[in-house]
Amino acid sequence: MILFEVFLNGILLGGSYGLIALGLNLQFGVARILNLSYGEYLMGGAFTAFFAVMLWKVSPFLSLLVSLPIAFAMNWLIYRYLMVPLVRRAPDQDALDADVVLVTFGLLFICQGWALVYWSGDLRGYSFLATPVHILGATVALNRLLSFLGACALALGLFYLLRHTRFGAALRAITIDPVAAGIVGVDVQRTSALAFATGGALAAISGMLISMFISFSATTGVEYTLKALIVVIMAGVGRVTGTLAAGLLLGVVEALGGYLIDPGLTIAINFALFTLVLLLRPTGLFTRA
Amino acid sequence: MSTPAAKGNVLLDVRGLRKSFGGLVAVRDMSLTIPARGITGLIGPNGSGKTTVLNLITGELHPDQGLVLFKGQNIFGWPPFRINRARIARTFQLVRVLSHMTVQQNVMVGRMFGADPTSPSLAAQDATELLKRVGLGGRDAVLAGQLTYIDQKRLELARALATRPELLLLDEWLAGLNPAELQIGIDLIRVIGRDGIAIVMIEHVMEAIRALCDRVYVMNAGEKIAEGGPDAVLSDPRVMRAYLGADHAAA
Amino acid sequence: MGVLFALGAVALALLPLFVSSYIISVFIVLYANVALATAWAFFSGTTRYISLATAAFFGTGIYVLAVAHVYMPVAVALALAAVVGFLVALVIGLSTLRLRGVYFVVFTFGLTELVHQVINWWDIRFNKTASRYIFTDVSNTSIYWTLLAVALIAIVGSWYVSRIRLGYALRAIGEDETVARHTGVDTTRVKVICFALSASVMAFVGAVLALRYPYVDASIAFNSNWSFQVLIAALLGGPTRPWGPAVGAIPLVMLSEFLAGTFPHHFGIALGLCFVVIVYFLPGGVAPLLERWWQALRAPRDPGATHTPFSSRLAARLRAGASRLEAGGRT
Repeated sequence: MILFEVFLNGILLGGSYGLIALGLNLQFGVARILNLSYGEYLMGGAFTAFFAVMLWKVSPFLSLLVSLPIAFAMNWLIYRYLMVPLVRRAPDQDALDADVVLVTFGLLFICQGWALVYWSGDLRGYSFLATPVHILGATVALNRLLSFLGACALALGLFYLLRHTRFGAALRAITIDPVAAGIVGVDVQRTSALAFATGGALAAISGMLISMFISFSATTGVEYTLKALIVVIMAGVGRVTGTLAAGLLLGVVEALGGYLIDPGLTIAINFALFTLVLLLRPTGLFTRA
Repeated sequence: MSTPAAKGNVLLDVRGLRKSFGGLVAVRDMSLTIPARGITGLIGPNGSGKTTVLNLITGELHPDQGLVLFKGQNIFGWPPFRINRARIARTFQLVRVLSHMTVQQNVMVGRMFGADPTSPSLAAQDATELLKRVGLGGRDAVLAGQLTYIDQKRLELARALATRPELLLLDEWLAGLNPAELQIGIDLIRVIGRDGIAIVMIEHVMEAIRALCDRVYVMNAGEKIAEGGPDAVLSDPRVMRAYLGADHAAA
Repeated sequence: MGVLFALGAVALALLPLFVSSYIISVFIVLYANVALATAWAFFSGTTRYISLATAAFFGTGIYVLAVAHVYMPVAVALALAAVVGFLVALVIGLSTLRLRGVYFVVFTFGLTELVHQVINWWDIRFNKTASRYIFTDVSNTSIYWTLLAVALIAIVGSWYVSRIRLGYALRAIGEDETVARHTGVDTTRVKVICFALSASVMAFVGAVLALRYPYVDASIAFNSNWSFQVLIAALLGGPTRPWGPAVGAIPLVMLSEFLAGTFPHHFGIALGLCFVVIVYFLPGGVAPLLERWWQALRAPRDPGATHTPFSSRLAARLRAGASRLEAGGRT
């Protein structure tokens, strides 16, 4: 039954990956910004949770009171003052992408440098709700389960937002065609800024959730940006259900691969899956081809 | 690859071409034959699949079914560069030039990598000649991105010609021209055709179709609905119905 | 121009005879950065496929040398490093360069971490060690001359390629890959080969630099800061001229000498800010400006010399990237 347990853990992890990717999906699909510094906000959320538990001795969930608004505000400011000038001056989407990749790559190093200065490169971790839970004959940690449920709840919330609110409709319109959306009265810039900020906030929440059971350092952000990028590309940009499914796939493949091959090769396994999908179905696994 | 075909020989033989995107069938059972000399028109309302056919012939897209024979050789599955080197050249619906390279360099690229590859210095000389032919003489050192619309179109044509094609595919090359420019464009195409290059032109400008084409194919909703001489085709009620809608197809 | 270049090269070659060991070391780092930045611009500057993987190839070179020098003469180990770099890039190129720009960028983004993790794992698993010692008696001066040669070859090579067919192919791909494809350019082959060439130079530089370290491990070898620094040098200097990256590398190395040792993380922040500033205010790098200044000095010949911003020229790259991610597809 060990295999099933591994599989189950993969599902739980995958839920988190899906959530992480959803945030990036908002930033890339709606605001059209490929944010290479995305994972740094995840780390911010993780570190804030760490300090909440170790320094202030409170539940990591409370750390969201700090990390959420900061992540939201920072991302909103970054979009409004750093990205908008690029959007304005780019002659087309590709020139924009190129500028954006370079700028966010720079932001990544700024964030990481700052984190390394103040928090050092040491590996951190804490134990919270690491109690075993029995599901279907397998044993998993409660914190992983909670993280998964949290991810599901947020994904559902996002789904509802997209389907049943005006804001969500605006988001979907911009994803499909920003120019057309503008013509039908959507405030593209403001909505994009909010989408970008929300994406960053989701990153912080995900960071808090996974910090309960992984160890992390100031430089771990890149790894999660990468996972988010891989999931988003595998799913095809813009689809909530597809992103979650792709996240689950990544989680399961990583867990099984780690168990069957070697736990020290997670990035290699991620890349292998990524390359496979790129070679076989670059359209994305869940888009209508 | 370099044997010239006499007039009347079939240069391009397309049979049963089919291409769908997800649920949408863009091209359905399309067939046409292009002779080694002459100008053939390909017309039809927007969305009828004309550019898709062009993309299928030039290797930009792979057909789901069908056969594309060029000088008797099956070019199915060939990458675009190989098809170009086999002497099929094209222009693009929205004019595309290499904006930050000079006019001469744009044409040099075609000459260096097309059907008869050569060195940059020889390509430079040939490019200057070609540019004169299309009416861009003396503009060699200008950056392509700074040209006017019609000049960019001329540049695209020169670049295509530089690849030494036997078949030239023009995708709405005459679009967006004022009457004077249109006449210049029509004359230019006529001269190229007379020089021995087979031409297929996708067009909406019917005046040009009448003036230039020996033969016209009409597409609608991915299918061929008529073919024949331009006058016959353009007065065919089916064709009028396709363009204007059923209500307006009076005789 | 060429005479000046040759004179400068000779002067630099003779430098070690007159200066201190410390200055030689600074120049060694400078030449390494120049070579890396020029190699980066050779591919990414022309085709606009931005590679964030410089550190991956650089580190590969370091590691190959660290492992191989035990079994073979240093010169052979260096050559091996270049070959391995070439092969790794070949494999990556064949997998990702058929697709559009965004996929390539994302792939290279994670590559350094990937190679880092794999090598770490391999070493610990099979060799029970995470670090390697390098015992050689190669003098500082030899390293100086080798890297000077590599830097000069990179610049001259870049210049030479820009004048032959290959150079035109690279630029055409960067301007509009669809047009290039339909104008007889075998875009995949050009991209893959040039990417591999650029990677082999990076690996070689890494291997040569490794001769100065008594000890390496995967973390030292695969440090993403190299990717970043090289990118800045190339963009600051101007990736569209063969000598551009060299010009950009100079201030970077100077800054690094002053800051990096004492405040490594602050240096990273400073680099990041620098970078953001370049993208906003100096998109084409310094090179076009220097060029115009030089031309204005000599004779007011061509007042219409156009400044072509790198970012807005990065049009074709990632051209269908975003839309491809939605609609998918490769050619």
